Amino acid sequence: MLKTFKKGGVHPAENKFSANAPIVAAQLPKVVQIPLGQHIGAPAKALVKKGDAVKVGQLIAESSGFVSANIHSSVSGTVAKIDNIIDNSGFSKAAIIINVEADEWEESINRTDEIIKDLSHSPETILEKVKSAGIVGLGGATFPSHIKLMVPPGKKAEVVLINGVECEPYLTADHRLMLEKGEEMLIGIKLIMNAVGVNKGAVGIENNKLDAIKHLTELAKNYEGIEIVPLKVKYPQGGEKQLIKAVMNREVPSGALPIEVGAVVQNVGTAFAIYEAVQKNKPLFERVVTVTGKSIENPSNFLVRVGTPTSQLIEAVGGLPDDSGKVVSGGPMMGKALGTLNTPIGKGSSGVLVFKEEEAVRRLAQPCIRCAKCVSVCPMGLEPYLLMTVAENKEWERSEEERTMDCIECGSCVYTCPADRPLLDYIRLSKTTVGGIIRSRNAPK
Amino acid sequence: MSITIIYTIISLSALGVLAAVILYFVAQKFKVIEDPRFDEVEGMLPGANCGGCGFPGCRGFAEAMVKADDISDLNCPVSDAEGMQSIAKYLGHEAVAAKPKVAVVRCNGTCDNRPKVNNYDGASSCTIESALYAGDTGCSYGCLGLGECVDACDFDAMYMDPETGLPVVIEDNCVACGACVKACPKNILELRNAGPKSRRIFVSCVNKDKGGVAKKACAVACIGCGKCFKECAFDAITIENNLAFIDSDKCKLCRKCVAVCPTDAIHELNFPVRKPAAPKKPVVKKEVPKEDKA
Repeated sequence: MLKTFKKGGVHPAENKFSANAPIVAAQLPKVVQIPLGQHIGAPAKALVKKGDAVKVGQLIAESSGFVSANIHSSVSGTVAKIDNIIDNSGFSKAAIIINVEADEWEESINRTDEIIKDLSHSPETILEKVKSAGIVGLGGATFPSHIKLMVPPGKKAEVVLINGVECEPYLTADHRLMLEKGEEMLIGIKLIMNAVGVNKGAVGIENNKLDAIKHLTELAKNYEGIEIVPLKVKYPQGGEKQLIKAVMNREVPSGALPIEVGAVVQNVGTAFAIYEAVQKNKPLFERVVTVTGKSIENPSNFLVRVGTPTSQLIEAVGGLPDDSGKVVSGGPMMGKALGTLNTPIGKGSSGVLVFKEEEAVRRLAQPCIRCAKCVSVCPMGLEPYLLMTVAENKEWERSEEERTMDCIECGSCVYTCPADRPLLDYIRLSKTTVGGIIRSRNAPK
Repeated sequence: MSITIIYTIISLSALGVLAAVILYFVAQKFKVIEDPRFDEVEGMLPGANCGGCGFPGCRGFAEAMVKADDISDLNCPVSDAEGMQSIAKYLGHEAVAAKPKVAVVRCNGTCDNRPKVNNYDGASSCTIESALYAGDTGCSYGCLGLGECVDACDFDAMYMDPETGLPVVIEDNCVACGACVKACPKNILELRNAGPKSRRIFVSCVNKDKGGVAKKACAVACIGCGKCFKECAFDAITIENNLAFIDSDKCKLCRKCVAVCPTDAIHELNFPVRKPAAPKKPVVKKEVPKEDKA
């Protein structure tokens, strides 16, 4: 029997239309908007000013704190201005706007297709290169990767766990990357293993990507210590804690990080980015983005430069269909609906999903019928109906007691609710409020 | 009658008497002598328990008033001036007349002024919508129109205008308890001095974007141009983050700023219809504060 996590989970229709579409480079945009805050943590500090000429891969904004990441130019051209742009959620955020003039790369970047298998780098070199390349978790959470590679004192890493699950329906970016850049990815995993000082690596892949499992199993024979683990198809297996439970059968305690049970979890995209950063000196300025949807003519996987407007990617797959109701950045379960299509693709954008109008409609919320479906599907063992009720009543202490902070916002409860209740909306509200209360409680007085 | 029942009655009665005696002595031992003025003052308060004074209910406020040496900071917004005076007199303090306040809505982004750019279909709560994203219009500061302020109002002093999609304050009912101010996640509502004859001037906008961005999102946004600031003779207007703010304590209600505002973001309330010629009186007063400033 295939491995999977125990508690909860759902299995939405997979709809992986673009699974057979090879990754193609997206057309270079005329103007890119590179946001300064593309990662969790402090926004980067701009190093260029209006009128500066920049090259592809040039450092244009530097990390401004411990939890922060460098940002590199994804194009070559002239900096038009540093101004506020409308981000994914509609708020104004600072961004560097560059007029694209050519495609001139920094000389230090190795642009050949040659696969470099050199694994002699010291952990410090790897860490330094990952940090300077501005690599963040490409699964969507955009947590700066170099911090994850620094094992805190007193803790011991045992396994590097690579997330090739891609449990979100529709998305195929990681799937294509594993098929097309498998070898590079495995070298990337080896580098991560060296950086954290372990000799065991595992790649968890859901069983709906048989070709990727086969391909990687074949390749992994040459890479000692890396195991490919096929997993049963179940959402949200891509969640860090669920993946650890599925592959290692260990449970991360409430409020703790994966390192507590000896795991360092990275996404396949991140492993590939680390390979490129270490072996080819290539900073993170492009990523694979799936552009898909039921009415999209040719669902595709693009290699997109950071800062490319979303609208351009939709044009590239045949334009926005007439029956579109909603455009989502990310997957259908955890993605965020976009208010405007001019928002740029960031390091964390894994997909652009166009919903048809009838799919996008959010039905009217009905009273809770106490069926407890949300409780049975919650992968964290929470009681979503209760969390929503206490959040509605603004009982924040109770919310905290009921472990609202453990919610991973996977949306399984909303997906399964027969009464269409906005469970996650309220849980998110309680998470932000309780998070604020906890922070102010812990703040030094 | 069976002997069991008799025994039961006797033993239970004995237990009851014993408990009563213990309770009596405990009650004597731990007796709390409360200041009788608490009850008196609470009786004089309106009993709305709205929390507008900042204390937990009218009882809490009454206790605070009795205990305070100086009651000038304490004010029940629901009581009228007479009510507060009688309490002050009862407690032997000088009554300080607090300026009556009223809530104002600092957003005029009606459907015409501020077109929608997307549709929000999540849970019907302003707090949730504002936690998720900027809102369904181009303005990320303006009213979301889901009426959490109206739900928070205990005095029937607010309603949502279905035509504009904005909340409206019914001045006569508003007691300035501040419940709506706390409820609004966008901080649009503000308690301002009610002003003589309820006349008020305020900037009906909270948008801090640069002028061009703000104007694009909403036709009546404050663009931070500074015209009102230059026009004001009383130093009542400050401009911060591309947004003008009129200090209701300093404003002399001359209405000059209203006339110069290019986007009609400054509102005047309850004024008589403007005469064709501008009033000249304030010009004389103008000199004094200006010298102070220099």
